[in-house]
Order: sequence, then C-alpha cells, then structure tokens
Amino acid sequence: MQQLEHLREHARGRLERIGNVVTSQVWRLGFASRFLFYLVVHSGTALRRFRLTLKEIYFAGVLSLIIILVSGLFVGMVLALQGYETLQRFGASESLGVLVALSLVRELGPVVAGLLFASRAGSAITAEIGLMKATEQISAMEMMAVDPIARVVAPRFWGGVISMPLLAALFSAMGIFGGYLVGVQLIGVDAGAFWSQMQAAVDVRNDILNGVIKSVVFGIAVTWISVFEGYDAVPTAEGVSRATTRTVVTSSLAILALDFALTALMFTGGNNQ
Amino acid sequence: MNRSTIDLWVGIFVVLGLGALLFLALKVGNLGSFSTSETYLVQARFANIGGLKVRAPIKSAGVVVGRVSDIRFDNETYEALVSMDLDAYYQFPRDTTAKILTSGILGEQYIGLEAGGDGVMLKGGDRVRLTQSAVVLENLISQFLFNKAAESKEPAK
Repeated sequence: MQQLEHLREHARGRLERIGNVVTSQVWRLGFASRFLFYLVVHSGTALRRFRLTLKEIYFAGVLSLIIILVSGLFVGMVLALQGYETLQRFGASESLGVLVALSLVRELGPVVAGLLFASRAGSAITAEIGLMKATEQISAMEMMAVDPIARVVAPRFWGGVISMPLLAALFSAMGIFGGYLVGVQLIGVDAGAFWSQMQAAVDVRNDILNGVIKSVVFGIAVTWISVFEGYDAVPTAEGVSRATTRTVVTSSLAILALDFALTALMFTGGNNQ
Repeated sequence: MNRSTIDLWVGIFVVLGLGALLFLALKVGNLGSFSTSETYLVQARFANIGGLKVRAPIKSAGVVVGRVSDIRFDNETYEALVSMDLDAYYQFPRDTTAKILTSGILGEQYIGLEAGGDGVMLKGGDRVRLTQSAVVLENLISQFLFNKAAESKEPAK
C-alpha cells in the first residue's frame, strides 16, 4: 500500500516536471514574441541614427563575407562535380547549369547561408548582448534612462535582417560561378548550353524571388533568436556560453523547419498554378 | 577602425549583394527577355493537353514567340481551353495551326505554331481553330499493339 502511494507520488512528480518544462517554454516563446513586438515598435532610434545600424551591418554582414563567399564557391563546385557524375549517365550533362542554379537559388543559398550566418554572426550577437548584461552595462543604460532595447538590440536586429538576404544572394551567385568554373572550365560542358538551359529553366518570380523571400524570413528568425537569447541570458559566464550555444542550435533548427514550411507553401501546387 | 572606413565597407557589401541579386535576375533568371514587351491574347481548344503547364513557351519555327498564360477545362465541350500570350511583334495568319509538342524525348511540352496562308492576321481575343492535341504515349502504344495483333491474325487465315 505504501509502495503504491510512493509510486503515485513519483509519477506525479515526473508529470509535474514535464508540465513545468512545457509551460516555461511556452512562457519563453510568449516573452520572445512580446520582445520582438517591442523591438520593432522601438526601432525608431536605430533607423534615425542609421550609423548605429550601419556598424552592425559591418559586424554581421561585411565580416561574414569571406566565409559566405568561400563556402558558396566550394558548394557550387561540389554540386557541379556530383551533378555531372549523375547527369552524364543519362546524356544530360548540358543540364548541369539548371541543376546548379536551381538547387542554389531555391534551397542551398538561403539555407546554407542562413546556417553560416547563425553560427558566424548570430552567436556573436548573443555573446555580445549577454556579456553586456553580465557586466551590467544594460542596467547602467536603464539607469541613465536610455532604453537598451532601442539603443543596443534594435540596431543589431536590423543589421542582421538587412545583411542576411544580401549574403544569401552572394552565396548563390558565388555558387553558380563555382559551378561554372568546374562544369565549363574543368569538365568541359558547353558554355552556351550551360547558361541558356539555366536561363530557360530558372524563373525570376518562382525561383529567385522565392529564394529571396526565404532568406529574408531566415534573416528575421536568426537575428530575432540571437538578440532574444542574448537579452534573456543568465548574466554569468556560464549563462552567456549556454545562451550562445542555444542560439546556434535553435537558429539552425528554426531555419530547417521554416525551410520545409516555406518550400511546401511555395513549390508544391506550383506545377499547375 | 574609424567610422568612415566602416561606411565604405558597408557600401561595398551592399553593392556586392545587390550586384549578386542583379546577376541572379538577369544572367540566371533571364529577366527582361520577355516581360517588358507588349503581348496579345489568343485562345485555343485542345482535346488533350498532355503535360502542358502555365508559362510553357510558345514557339514558331523554334523561336519563342510567347508564353502560355492560362489553362482551364471547358465544362461544355469537355476540352482544354489554353490562353496564349503572344508577343505583339509577331503576327500570325488566322488559319495558323497550334500543336502541342515535346522538346526531346523527356523534355517539357510546348505549343508549336505553324503559320497558314490566310491574309487576315490573328488579333487579341481571337481563337486558333486548327489544333492538334498532345501525343499520349499510352494511346500510341496501344494503337501500335492493336496494329501488330491485326497483322499477325491475317496470315493465320
């Protein structure tokens, strides 16, 4: 009898813990949404004093250029090598341009650039804001009646949101250039067929514009997660390091999940329109 | 690093990014080859359109002269009603034939226009009366098999 009572107590404790985790996650999501809303409403300073945002574009965008360009080049080169291997079996090696361009513009450009952006720039944003909180710079600003969200968080948010689509476009363009280098210069696919088949198959609205929309959505998601994790970090060394890890993990998962949802919306049923 | 250098770098970054977008739109997506020119709408009925899709090219003598703008099913004639946007630069006689063709064996389907001899040209809102449906592979095979069966029966008699 007593054993049964004990077991019941144990089960209740476990259920309570699960419930607690779920509730706290939902609570955090709600807080994050309110944070985003407040951030957008109070971003007047960031846009009026555009210098602040410009500096963040420099940190998030310009300093990510090297990794984005080099990765894009290599991804395009690998795509061309692997694609050629398969396509030539069906005697369709001229379609290499189509394969490289469509996979980059629709999927790989936004997604891989987003993942790189999350680990290169997102983690830096979280660490910076988290450290500012840990060293009480944020509370000092509040003390001086400066709104830290308007002064610190909003410029970083807009800097990231502006940088991300540009980085994704650069990634795709660089990848197509890499595909051209390997496909045409190295393997010897006909240059005219490479470009003309690509131009015939890639649609500006259906493919390129949808890719840009994807990269904008990823940019908003990654920067939102980054600034929120930084602002919400436990103000200790350990808390900041955990927040940085969470930023990269959550952003990557968010990018992949959003990518599936956006692809399902954009490219299915597009067959007959 | 002082601020003017940051401005310069951000400027370079934005120019590069917009340049990449422009490259994607112009060189990869080939924008502007057909979107700016004026078009006129011509319709045609087909018994079967096969795998024709909206935005499929319309070619005459192999040259792209327009795009399919709309495909719908006519509930009264039980035929497919295809709307075609033709470039206003190209004029076709009224007795032009529209065929649904396939580029290559596995390629996509497009509409081929063959000009007739009529002096009157098609204008916006007209219908192309002479049409030829898509070739459906299954029908072709079954026809072939029936012919074969009919041939092999005769010597047996």
